[in-house]
Amino acid sequence: MNDGTENIMDLEQQNSNFPTTELETVTIRFAGDSGDGMQLTGNQFTQSSVMIGNDVITFPDYPAEIRAPAGTLAGVSGFELSFSKHDIHATGDRISVLIAMNPAALKVNLGDLEKGGILIVNSDSFSKNDLRKAEYDGNPLESEEIQNYRLVQIPITNLTLKAVEESGLSHREGGRCKNFFALGVVQWLFDRPIDNTRDWIQQKFKKREEIVKANMMALQAGYNYGITTELFHERYHVAPASLPPGEYRQITGNQALSLGCIAASVQSGKPILYASYPITPASDILHELAQHKNFGVKTMQSEDEIAAVSACIGAAYGGYLGVTGTSGPGLDLKGEALGYAVMVELPMVVLNIQRGGPSTGLPTKTEQTDLLAAIHGRHGEAPIPVLAPSTPGDCFYVALEAFRIALKYMTPVILLSDGALANGAEPWMLPDFEALPELEKEFRTESQNYTPYVRDLNTLARDWAVPGTPGLEHRIGGLEKDQYTGDVSYDPVNHEAMVLIRDAKIRRIAKDLPPLKIIGPEKNQLLVLCWGSAFGAALSAVESLQQKGKQVSLLHLQCLYPFHEELGNVLSGFDQILIPEMNLGQLSVLIRSEFLVDAVSMKKVQGKPFMVSEIRERIESLLQG
Amino acid sequence: MNQTATIFPSTKTPPAEMKKTDFVSDQTVRWCPGCGDYAILAGVQKLMPELGIPRENMVFISGIGCSSRFPYYMNTYGMHTIHGRAPAFATGLKVARPELSVWIVTGDGDGLGIGGNQMLHMLRRNLDVNILLFNNRIYGLTKGQVSPTSEQGLVTKSTPFGSLMTPLNPMTFALSAGASFIARALDVDAKALQTTLREAAEHKGTSFVEIYQNCPIFNDGTFSEISERSLREDRILRLQDGEPLLFGKEQNKGIRLKGLKPEIVDVNENTDLSELLVHDQILSGMNFPDFPVPMGVFRQVKHPRFEESVQEQIQNQIEKKGKGDLRKLIRGPQVWEA
Repeated sequence: MNDGTENIMDLEQQNSNFPTTELETVTIRFAGDSGDGMQLTGNQFTQSSVMIGNDVITFPDYPAEIRAPAGTLAGVSGFELSFSKHDIHATGDRISVLIAMNPAALKVNLGDLEKGGILIVNSDSFSKNDLRKAEYDGNPLESEEIQNYRLVQIPITNLTLKAVEESGLSHREGGRCKNFFALGVVQWLFDRPIDNTRDWIQQKFKKREEIVKANMMALQAGYNYGITTELFHERYHVAPASLPPGEYRQITGNQALSLGCIAASVQSGKPILYASYPITPASDILHELAQHKNFGVKTMQSEDEIAAVSACIGAAYGGYLGVTGTSGPGLDLKGEALGYAVMVELPMVVLNIQRGGPSTGLPTKTEQTDLLAAIHGRHGEAPIPVLAPSTPGDCFYVALEAFRIALKYMTPVILLSDGALANGAEPWMLPDFEALPELEKEFRTESQNYTPYVRDLNTLARDWAVPGTPGLEHRIGGLEKDQYTGDVSYDPVNHEAMVLIRDAKIRRIAKDLPPLKIIGPEKNQLLVLCWGSAFGAALSAVESLQQKGKQVSLLHLQCLYPFHEELGNVLSGFDQILIPEMNLGQLSVLIRSEFLVDAVSMKKVQGKPFMVSEIRERIESLLQG
Repeated sequence: MNQTATIFPSTKTPPAEMKKTDFVSDQTVRWCPGCGDYAILAGVQKLMPELGIPRENMVFISGIGCSSRFPYYMNTYGMHTIHGRAPAFATGLKVARPELSVWIVTGDGDGLGIGGNQMLHMLRRNLDVNILLFNNRIYGLTKGQVSPTSEQGLVTKSTPFGSLMTPLNPMTFALSAGASFIARALDVDAKALQTTLREAAEHKGTSFVEIYQNCPIFNDGTFSEISERSLREDRILRLQDGEPLLFGKEQNKGIRLKGLKPEIVDVNENTDLSELLVHDQILSGMNFPDFPVPMGVFRQVKHPRFEESVQEQIQNQIEKKGKGDLRKLIRGPQVWEA
């Protein structure tokens, strides 16, 4: 479905000079040096696409180094997006258009370009020196391999410099506008208006008029270049997608998490303290929340990961919603404090944006390898509910769900997002504000018969008694406490009772989760069971096979600990279960041990998402037995 | 506009007459007999009623170690947290609830070993909290290993042939972290301890008080050469803001600068007191036996308080942008219709 040029619908003359080809889905990748502004270019193209009504999925892919030596393979930064007239769930397996700003970008990305795909290169950056830095022996533009693609060579640097001559920028600064030239060319090629980009340039660079001017000039020059040259013989059009009617905005997973936190604050009537230590790919949440102090959000960049989670627990003791964001290495560091939060039974949320591990691993790449660490990564019996969103937009709802559980059950909650969700963008239908959950939670004020571990018999949650309340003075701590008096207790039977109570409290959540949403029949030959960002590719694969009449259904597990009370029943309706995940089978270990089913694990640990075709082929081979 | 005032309980009326016993919890104190912690606990419990703060607005937060059992013995709100992180927990609470009176109780291992980073940044941020660092120069709860303040050469279970590291000076540490209130006190010197604690409580900003505390089990007498009643007045220097540095039972010794270095001089009726040093930051490095050990407030300055600055930024943003509107925020910069 994401195979671009193969899906030519019809041809119509839209422009006196150029025939326009209708396409269903196109996948473009902008690639260049990490200083070339490829993320910005990709984002602007995305914005133009969503504004004309396409469905869009993006996948930014950038190196961990801020500026690796210019022109080298290590410094290549890419931004991929698919845009479609259909409702799409994953970026294309192959790209149909590649914009390579230098030989290194060409070398790193050419393998993903489909045969016959459009290859636009900046021919000014193919000097001997450029080729050497990219470790090419000869000029790849003259190679035999290149004839498999529709090569379009544009001297982008020189054309940009010529275009911005009158802006007053230096040669060096003028050259930096070349990404806008490239963007102009591609926007023309795909029949996108450039007004949005112009507005954005005005806003973004408003403090430097000459830069606004130069970028506008470069953008327009690129656009005009498409019209006036004959390098392209046609242009392409992707019709608006028939998304469910409603109002939409573009959103990334990290934006959606940030909005979810603020929504939780509004819905609960309790202010938020967000304390966090900078870490890729979670830092954007701190940046976003720090902008919204007018919601009463208090944000802190803590001195380290441990201080961040500790500050959240301190704030939670005071009656705040404590939230911290991190990624794998930080989750490790927060382990002890999270065990403490389990022990003192205070509500808080950890947003863990997974990246490639172990250790520093692949900081800017995506993975789902923290699941077992989130569930089991603390000493002692320290159960914590673990949730995962399925799409960037879903992050909003799962954040609210995390706070619902945290407040209702007085427990820390870990939300597992990942790099692909965090940075990936999609059109997102605005929520129905009236339908947002109420997250009310009363503080205890009654001092009669109060002890710190007096519990609600239904949820087993202890009462939230905050400082400032007369008569409820009490001490909590990491030492085991007597289940009745709340005093320190080393009594063995009491300890076991408390361990069992804390465990039972979290298990009760299994009965209090949103219904499992099975896509496809509830009884079927094969169930694809997934979590997190693997959902996108799995959904595309399953939908395409369902259209062909294949006996396959799909389920995304939002709550990974504890499992939904119906999950066992659901699984028993299928002959086979396939679990694709970007790790070595962490969910399948849990499913196999909990339900004694022979689930098939599909593993991928390459720092990049599943391709739709990989999952589709695996499903097909399982169905054939 | 302060949310804190609206959704959280707060006591408006001043507390009724309170007594020391109102601050004593029902828990049996479980420190070793003769531990210096008892005297400090008694001193704090005695001070509390004098502060005029309702008991329900007080929170004691500790880490791990003997001293960190402190909150269990105070009839206030309290958190016995994890090793070294009490300042971070306290930071979160104080930022959230600036109206609370927050006290951190820690030790030399908890506060300067495992929690050194948290302590450093707590002092930098200058929240209006009080830190009591019980320094006994030993790890007590783990049964006797060297601590960051142990003297070089100290023989302990973990250093059977003597400690190899130079001790950390908590005063110098706090000074270099930019702490706005730094003081030292002695567990057995009840009256001076009381005075110093009161000054710490009254200071607006982070007060850092190092309290020399004897561990009778694992490091008995570590401070005895200055704390013994008969020797004390000759070996400690009681700091008085703006006053010349005089010490000795008869107040017959003083400290003056020779070049850049302090030296001890005898003081009699012919001494020009203006030659004597008026106490300042040089004090943090002075130690026995070369000098008397300074006690009292080393430094007190006014700095902005973090929790107030956080609140100010929020107010400024509300004034600038208006109170946050969730619908508007969620709609974002660009919305289109499908």
